[in-house]
Amino acid sequence: MQKYIGTPTSRIDGRAKVTGEAKYAAEFNAPGLVHGSVVTSSIAKGRIVRIDASDALRVAGVIDVLSHENRLPMASTDSAYKDETAPKGSPFRPLYEDRIMFSGQPIALVVAEEPEIARFAASLVRVEYDEEAHVTDVFRRRDEAVSLEPSTKPPESIFGPPKPRGSAEKAFASAEVRHAGEYYVPIEHHNPMELYASTVVWEGDGKLTIYDKTQGVQNVQRYVCGVFDMKPDDVRVMSAYMGGGFGSGLRPQYEVVLAVLAAQALERSVRVVLTRQQMYVLGYRPAMIQRIELGARPGGTLEAITHEAITVTSQYEDFYRQESGWSGLLYTCANAKYVHKLVRLDLPTSCDMRCPSAATGVYALECAMDELAVALKLDPLELRLRCYSDRDQNTNRPYSSKSLRACYHQGAEAFGWDKRSPEPRSMRDGNELVGWGMATGIWEALQVPIAVRIVLSANGHAEVSCATSDIGTGTYTIMAQVAADMLGLPMENITIKLGDSTLPQSPVEGGSWIAASVSNGIATTADAIRGELLRLAKQMPNSPLADAGPDEVALADGKLVSTPDASRAVSIVDAMRHGAVDRIEQEKSTTFADDGSKGHNTHSAVFTEVKVDEQLGVIRVTRVVNAVAAGRILNIKTARSQIMGSVVWGIGMALHEETLLDHTFGRVMNANIAEYQVPVNADVHDIKVIFVDEPDATINRLGIKGLGEIGIVGVAAAVANAIYHATGKRVRDLPITLDKLQR
Amino acid sequence: MARARTVARPTIPAPEKTSIVLVVNGAERPLKVAPWTTLLDALRDYLDLTGTKKGCDHGQCGACTVLVDGRRINSCLTLAVTKDGAHVTTIEGLAKDGTLHPLQQAFIDHDAFQCGYCTPGQICSAVGLIAEGKAKTVDEIRELMSGNICRCGAYPNIVAAIEQAMGQS
Repeated sequence: MQKYIGTPTSRIDGRAKVTGEAKYAAEFNAPGLVHGSVVTSSIAKGRIVRIDASDALRVAGVIDVLSHENRLPMASTDSAYKDETAPKGSPFRPLYEDRIMFSGQPIALVVAEEPEIARFAASLVRVEYDEEAHVTDVFRRRDEAVSLEPSTKPPESIFGPPKPRGSAEKAFASAEVRHAGEYYVPIEHHNPMELYASTVVWEGDGKLTIYDKTQGVQNVQRYVCGVFDMKPDDVRVMSAYMGGGFGSGLRPQYEVVLAVLAAQALERSVRVVLTRQQMYVLGYRPAMIQRIELGARPGGTLEAITHEAITVTSQYEDFYRQESGWSGLLYTCANAKYVHKLVRLDLPTSCDMRCPSAATGVYALECAMDELAVALKLDPLELRLRCYSDRDQNTNRPYSSKSLRACYHQGAEAFGWDKRSPEPRSMRDGNELVGWGMATGIWEALQVPIAVRIVLSANGHAEVSCATSDIGTGTYTIMAQVAADMLGLPMENITIKLGDSTLPQSPVEGGSWIAASVSNGIATTADAIRGELLRLAKQMPNSPLADAGPDEVALADGKLVSTPDASRAVSIVDAMRHGAVDRIEQEKSTTFADDGSKGHNTHSAVFTEVKVDEQLGVIRVTRVVNAVAAGRILNIKTARSQIMGSVVWGIGMALHEETLLDHTFGRVMNANIAEYQVPVNADVHDIKVIFVDEPDATINRLGIKGLGEIGIVGVAAAVANAIYHATGKRVRDLPITLDKLQR
Repeated sequence: MARARTVARPTIPAPEKTSIVLVVNGAERPLKVAPWTTLLDALRDYLDLTGTKKGCDHGQCGACTVLVDGRRINSCLTLAVTKDGAHVTTIEGLAKDGTLHPLQQAFIDHDAFQCGYCTPGQICSAVGLIAEGKAKTVDEIRELMSGNICRCGAYPNIVAAIEQAMGQS
């Protein structure tokens, strides 16, 4: 029964969000709550010689100053600090020791009765360092980059480069048409609107309730238990609402460690809120130098693809994703080679940021494809169609579904691509040069083991719970839609509980995997509820469902209905009343078996129009059409918003976003949300989102693929390609600012 | 285990507090604030009105936008002591008797938010924008709403929501 799935349903948490009732991590209170303000390192590398907190402690209202010198015991093994998303290496331990590994590292926490006092006193803490030489410039360390080898052992097998095929060097050397180019993406920061914060409520008896900003409450819960050697029952982590994550909240962040340290030391409830500036050490999209080589026949057949990537990480952990692998996967090409090298710098560890690997890797590939199209004198869309592949080229397997061709056609038609004049600088609107560009997008359709509990009450209401998060993705709403359809109840009878570590198991919300996972999880548990209802219905005198098998009934309109004969039905209320039960509770885990025979991906075709002021070089993205194939769309309204938001991210990546480092100090220069530029309302114009019909009968029961990432992929490339078309100028380092057009 | 290293007699006193009255959402709210307390912190930390959000504390993001005497301002750049007697409207004061303000309803209808954190500031800013009466076109709405960052990128939906509410007012 599908009454709600697929409809444009407004968010069920909408009212809470527009009235200010939705509470975020820093907004919970407790009796006697005290406030922590963080002191951070002003050097990038070295040791703390001395922390002088005497002045800070003289301020009325200051309770304590915590640092590595006086903190309570913390775990001393790396494994305790490894969260479920930690990369290989030795995780950073906040306030653990005197070693400084990056500028902005937290080194002390001033705790006071009032937040302003804590902040003022933090400014009085004096720190002496023994400073060492640091390197934060990827270009300085480029020649010392460490090669990642293809591997069969996870996680290297997932994140390391794929195996090469054929001989890309030979094929490139003998190709009639060639393009080679180097593309650069700078460090970018997530900058979610909500400041990272943790409110730790001291419950007595050593028990803690922690309201933390995170994309994974159970991940944080396990982490806190590990770091502080606490019993699982003594730590409850809550995050009912999260003011944006985009990957920055996948790993537990340091505010929770500092707040727990202070709560334990003082046996009081503590709140720690980071400043915007302090959030620039919480992880970032790694800077990336990429070289792409494409060889082709004059007709547009790809002969060779080489994708070399250099990405950035810290000195203590090796974070990387499979940046280069997308190139050989997407298009038909017999010869492909991947090289991925890692540069270790005196920075915090890089991390996942919206569509990690594809946002950057596909940017380079799709700009290179545009350049190849120019060299071939082919329309860029036509080149993509000539290289189209119905198989995952890296693994040579079919897809469970791939409607990219329809994305190209529907996107091009909606955009009016056929009216494009091929020559650069050939289209104009008054003082502005007009450019049209396009690119392909691809991302994975992932799914993860998850558990869902449903409690059905005799009054026909159901509570559905899972420890997942809604980070703005619309998870509350799609869960309610799916549950209402699976249970045959009106949506208003469904209550969703999430963001609480005591609820049934869920991994972190990321990678676009939650929608598919939790929806199918609800379906599994709803089956169990239905089975229990059928058992009760069969016990009724003269039951119309007496002979019905478990797969011959469905829940619809508050009734258990025979699917072969819809006239035979028992209402949920009657079945429960006759069985004398007032609630049915079921909790089931769902796993997603994958024999590896099919590729699971989402795809998109992005078309953009830019207008560039000929004299000033000011660039506006005036139109974007993003045609997306991502399996079944659960909620047209929130899905469209997801893609639209991703397009805005792509515009930011193309034109605005760049974390600037002062390499002399090894420090972020623009650690604020005015000088780290993100798109504002006036930067965003017409965005059209198209969902291409893509039935997928095998990926999972409900045919869901997920949407959080795919919308950004290809956008920066499509904008860059449009700027080339407008101006004839090819800028290969992001962001494309007007000064680069004038060079 | 509990301990504190507070020195017996603090020699750096906390600043003296001043008694002020803020008229918040129509109700008189007397409070004592230090000179360094911003209107934003006064609302969030001292009056427990956490609907107004802190996103940067530097007047860069607009999440803290409230209406003071009918005009939209960044409450993080406003010291509370300077607003003694002022009428402050926050997101909590827009719905009347359980009925949402037309902008609140329009934001839901147009899905003009995702994570919801910038939303109270966006809505208060839009109330101020409509009252100013300067924005007549979509481009003018975009320009005059550009002090409110939405990192989820809901801008086209925010503009659509404001257009809907403007049509009703």
